[in-house]
Amino acid sequence: MSEELKVKKIKDGTVIDHIKAGKGKKVLDILGVENGFPNVTALLMNVPSKRVGKKDIVKIENKTLKKDEVDKIALVAPHATWNVIKDFKVINKSKIELPDTLEGVIKCPNPKCVTNMNEPVNSKFKVEEKEPVKLRCMYCERLFDLEDLI
Amino acid sequence: MSLKGKDIVSIRDLSKEEIELIHKKAEEMEPYAKGEKPCKLMEGKILGTLFFEPSTRTRLSFTSAMQRLGGNVMGFEGVNVTSVAKGESLTDTIKTVERYCDLIVIRHPMEGAARLAANVSTKPVINGGDGGNQHPTQTLLDLYTIKKMKGKIKGLNVTLLGDLKYARTMRSLATALAMFDANLTLVSPKGLEMSKDILGEIEKNFNIKPRQIYDIETGVKDADVIYICRIQKERFEDKFEAEKIQKAFRITPEVLKSCKEEVAILHPLPKVTEIDPRVDDMRCAKYFDQTFYGVPIRMAIIGLVSGVIK
Repeated sequence: MSEELKVKKIKDGTVIDHIKAGKGKKVLDILGVENGFPNVTALLMNVPSKRVGKKDIVKIENKTLKKDEVDKIALVAPHATWNVIKDFKVINKSKIELPDTLEGVIKCPNPKCVTNMNEPVNSKFKVEEKEPVKLRCMYCERLFDLEDLI
Repeated sequence: MSLKGKDIVSIRDLSKEEIELIHKKAEEMEPYAKGEKPCKLMEGKILGTLFFEPSTRTRLSFTSAMQRLGGNVMGFEGVNVTSVAKGESLTDTIKTVERYCDLIVIRHPMEGAARLAANVSTKPVINGGDGGNQHPTQTLLDLYTIKKMKGKIKGLNVTLLGDLKYARTMRSLATALAMFDANLTLVSPKGLEMSKDILGEIEKNFNIKPRQIYDIETGVKDADVIYICRIQKERFEDKFEAEKIQKAFRITPEVLKSCKEEVAILHPLPKVTEIDPRVDDMRCAKYFDQTFYGVPIRMAIIGLVSGVIK
């Protein structure tokens, strides 16, 4: 993280970098960052980037990402990078990529879908198109755009 | 190719070759379906029919198909007399019923219910209609009927007429007809057009672009087959407007004057007012023959997924 960003490095936690400019807020929503969220959190918007022109960055102290959170972030910020920070150092860096199927990550928006009944079953979507995102529910078979889902 | 153990949940799960196999076997089943020959292929086997909502044709034709194959049928229609009324989950119902039978047919108002049942059951599951989603055996019998009436599907002008937005029959049939290279004309009132998702899927997978027409005379003029379904009044806020539209999209002897002489009219039934009763006795009315084909098609499916027909 360059000094000119004027945001302190975090000791332990997560940095999500290369988020498409304007999508950082969505990433915070996905991670449940709202009033009352206990961890120190920073959202940097419209940061100049050689690779993508402008980008957003999210930094959260003392937070590790769960698989379903990563999959959900992939929906709004494909190509973002996910850095795990320990003692101010990046100990793991990986690309956030949308998998071919998403299980138990998001609710099917179709109220008539069986996954919204009281059944012991996770929602399951097939990723039909990655950009723009189109997901098909593997139960009710309806096709959804990103706006329908998040 | 074998369909043994396969679930028949969605037309999307079936390849063209698998559909052709089902049709070939249905043809072989016809004499048995008519009761001209006895058949014991499913002797000692039980079909569970779980109809969580009412059905006449689908349930009875599955029952007839299983009995014509020499097998037995058990099941229910409606949920008032079952444990579902006590709040039992579909998952638990399936886990129970699969222990009583060799294969299951399910009709359920929730979309995706048949997929859930298929994932839970170790026995083959056949979807008899899941809400507004899929009714694959109807699509298979519709295609079969067209093939029987016209000798082929490829290159035929097929007009789908009515509520193309909500009718599940129309959506799956459009996809299946595109798979078999039919020329599709879609005739519907404004607001009840086929969804862009289905049209996009058809274009992407089969490189076919159906034409959309809003008046019945133009839409049926060149048709070899007209497949009509009901336009429900509930789709419109204004009941007067609904009646006007129902009248405008009705098949009558007068409308048929502008059609090809050999046109075949199909309907998934039940029909209400969308076909003039005078049409029933005309040569072009094929919808009651269509209901018969539900029996050999379902015999073929039962036999194939059970492995007694190869």
